Amino acid sequence: MSVIEVNNLTKYYGKALGIEDVSFQVDEGEIFGFIGPNGAGKSTTIRLLLSLIYPSSGSATIFGKDCIQYGPELRQDIGYLPSEVFYYERMKVIDLLKYSASFYQKDCTQRLYELAEIMELDLKRRIDDLSYGNKKKVGIVQGLLHQPKLLFLDEPTSGLDPLMQRKFFKLIREENQRGVTVFFSSHILGEVQRMCNRVAIIKEGSIINIQDIKTLQHDNYKKIRVAAPALDEKQFEFEGVSNLEKNNGTIRFFYKGDINQITRKISEIEVSDVTIEEPTLEEIFMHYYE
Amino acid sequence: MNIYKHEFKMNLNSVIIWSVAIAALIFIFVSLFSSFAKDAELLNEMLVNFPEELLLAFGMTGIDLSTVLGFFSFAFLFAQICLAIQAANYGFSLVSIEERELTADFLLAKPVGRTQILTSKLLAALSGLTITNIVVWISSFAFIHLFKGDRTYEPRNLILLLLSILVFQLFFLTVGLVISLLVKRVRSVTPYAMALAFGMYVLSAFGSMLGESKLENITPFKHFEPNYIVQHAAYNLPLVLISVTVIVISLVGSYVLYSKRNIPSAV
Repeated sequence: MSVIEVNNLTKYYGKALGIEDVSFQVDEGEIFGFIGPNGAGKSTTIRLLLSLIYPSSGSATIFGKDCIQYGPELRQDIGYLPSEVFYYERMKVIDLLKYSASFYQKDCTQRLYELAEIMELDLKRRIDDLSYGNKKKVGIVQGLLHQPKLLFLDEPTSGLDPLMQRKFFKLIREENQRGVTVFFSSHILGEVQRMCNRVAIIKEGSIINIQDIKTLQHDNYKKIRVAAPALDEKQFEFEGVSNLEKNNGTIRFFYKGDINQITRKISEIEVSDVTIEEPTLEEIFMHYYE
Repeated sequence: MNIYKHEFKMNLNSVIIWSVAIAALIFIFVSLFSSFAKDAELLNEMLVNFPEELLLAFGMTGIDLSTVLGFFSFAFLFAQICLAIQAANYGFSLVSIEERELTADFLLAKPVGRTQILTSKLLAALSGLTITNIVVWISSFAFIHLFKGDRTYEPRNLILLLLSILVFQLFFLTVGLVISLLVKRVRSVTPYAMALAFGMYVLSAFGSMLGESKLENITPFKHFEPNYIVQHAAYNLPLVLISVTVIVISLVGSYVLYSKRNIPSAV
């Protein structure tokens, strides 16, 4: 069953484009990555799904129900961690979290304290005394305390130190193993690569590719490096080769196509070193954004 | 209920400060009554010699400062200005504060509808205003009794005057709210609240100075002119109905605008 189903969703802010004709599905229990640079429309998509803003056209369903019409009901089971966290400055952390918990039908007290302990959050301090990273922790506890079935994470790791990031990812994985579906928006590819099953790449408001993260890495491109004493890069200028560059007697390029063709080509010349490897998501990503 | 409680608590400090300030204002004015009343004859003679326009501006035409309520209605105008600023303040900040302090994302991602949010917030603001309202009632009666000396007054007229506060507050609360939803972003509440409150006051003051003018009919300072209520022992009903109509339109407009509103994002 699809937990999220987005159909031709379009949002214009006045004349400025937010997103255009975005469609995708997120299945139950998966961690769905959503990557793109700042301003590509990641937050717009999430805010539309939470009905913080309303679409210009198109529609979306969550758990099979329209996300606007059934918004309040659906949000009982949704957790949201915004990219920038802001809370009522004059409140104490514990009061804010209790206020947050008061919106949900179930009793969240136990989970609240559990999460605060995991994230090493000082509950007695006032929100306006907290550093950015600590506010982010408040956001994480606030987003998870009601044990949601669907999580929206909008660039969740900004402001967290590496140690906290690890704890956070562990927490998200545990939630996921309990069956929670995660919508993970980020511009940091490493973390998407580590966490996600599938990934959608968004550029200038449109989705340009949705793929299984393994397929994205395996089936597409190979990163090849050839070192040879006498090397002419013209030998490698054929179909499927891209980003060819040469320096210090080494050429590097990406190759997409029949792997035998390229190994035959390489075997024709006298080489001193060859490496063929998977490109990182970073490199694939850069390719999409050229 | 949780939103109501939260909002009420966040607002309580401001309610207390406003209530104390307005009570103090009433105290200062009413305490002057005994010294005014002693020379009432002289004072009324002096008023007659004032330029007509000045008297109109302060709603003092035909006022008799030697009577308890004549004097009090003059003081009440200043209380009205304060009440207007307070109510307008709450109206303008009701929803806009969440967007300015970027807490709207937190609240609206919770499992509540926009209508429920707005209703809770309105009720919380109204509760605050009602506290101030009650304080004005108590301090009016108390200070009048303290300083009236051996003079008498008609309690019915005072009650009539004080009963007008609720509608008066609602006017500024709802108009402030609907304006805050019509503009894209309210960067600072105070200038808006001041502009609305003083704008309405000036309209009423200058409206009477310039004689027959339709414009003054939109301001609640005219609808609930203390001097008129005390002198006629009644409201100017057609004008009061204008206030009520504006309140209803602003309320309905606010609900429609808020449930359609696109919440601007933090970045």
